[in-house]
Amino acid sequence: MIASTVKSAALAGARDGLPFWVVVGPLSVLFGVLATEAGLTLTQTLAMTTLVIAGASQFAALQLMQDGAGFWLILAGALAVNLRMMMYSAALIPWLGPAPLWQRAVASFVMFDQPYALGVLRYEARPAEPVAAKIAYYLGVGLPMAVMWVALSMVGALVGARIPEGFALDFALPITFIALVAPMLKTLAHVAAAATSVVVALALRGMPAGTGLLIAAAAAMAVGATVETVRGRWA
Amino acid sequence: MSDAQIWALIGCMAVGTFLIRFSFLGLVGDRPLPGWLLRLLRYTPVAVIPAIVAPLVAFPAATGGETDPVRLAAAVAALAVGAWRRDVILAVGAGALMLYGGLWIMG
Repeated sequence: MIASTVKSAALAGARDGLPFWVVVGPLSVLFGVLATEAGLTLTQTLAMTTLVIAGASQFAALQLMQDGAGFWLILAGALAVNLRMMMYSAALIPWLGPAPLWQRAVASFVMFDQPYALGVLRYEARPAEPVAAKIAYYLGVGLPMAVMWVALSMVGALVGARIPEGFALDFALPITFIALVAPMLKTLAHVAAAATSVVVALALRGMPAGTGLLIAAAAAMAVGATVETVRGRWA
Repeated sequence: MSDAQIWALIGCMAVGTFLIRFSFLGLVGDRPLPGWLLRLLRYTPVAVIPAIVAPLVAFPAATGGETDPVRLAAAVAALAVGAWRRDVILAVGAGALMLYGGLWIMG
């Protein structure tokens, strides 16, 4: 009984995750291509995409490397992009908290936007489902996506070595970043944060690579949080 | 960057990212996040990514740091379509179309 519940939850997760492959797949190929362009070896590209397994921060690291930022600034910039996942980690506790530690560790490893968002939707709709089935659903979304991410990064890395110069690939990364952020501009606070980020980053362009980024990001987070607080008080 | 530095970066990014993901689910446990922290975390992606992109769009390396109308138009297209349709792939498509179309027209 339990075993069949778990199995059907895993299959449901795999099915619900499928539409997102259309979005994630091309980004994965693109990462492989751009990592190769940035001078990473095939092994390094695969190691980063498998071990870090967080798209936006991988792209951020590539860009900061090409900007000539120092080691710690690259690391700080790449990890800053992932800080939102701390929020996911806390939000999943009510649902996945009772699961065994190793299962929570695996769930953490594949904590992408999609397993988190789809998982919470399902848990709110079926709060009574046993925790084993909840984990199975989450991993059903996340694990196939992880495998696809790594495989398509490798395809991208192999293809990337063959793309001729002068294909204007320099601008693939900026466009990807913009495309990732634009759909997130849902509220006035998000727009205010993004605008602050742009203005401060441009103003501090003369500072050593990566420094302006961190200051701009901190200012933008403060502005976003402040706008949210002020509007909340007036609402 | 040297080979060793790249490997060190990959290792630190991997450990750091996992610790962020594992932070509450595995380490801190069931303790509510303070409201101010939650508010800051909500804005990390829209705070960090535009700061990376803005200088690349305004002063692209490919044109020697000169502002380039074609790349600027491509950025605006990606932003507008992404904000309007809330779809990453459509936004990339719009940006790419504008970029290659523009480069072709400008010859």
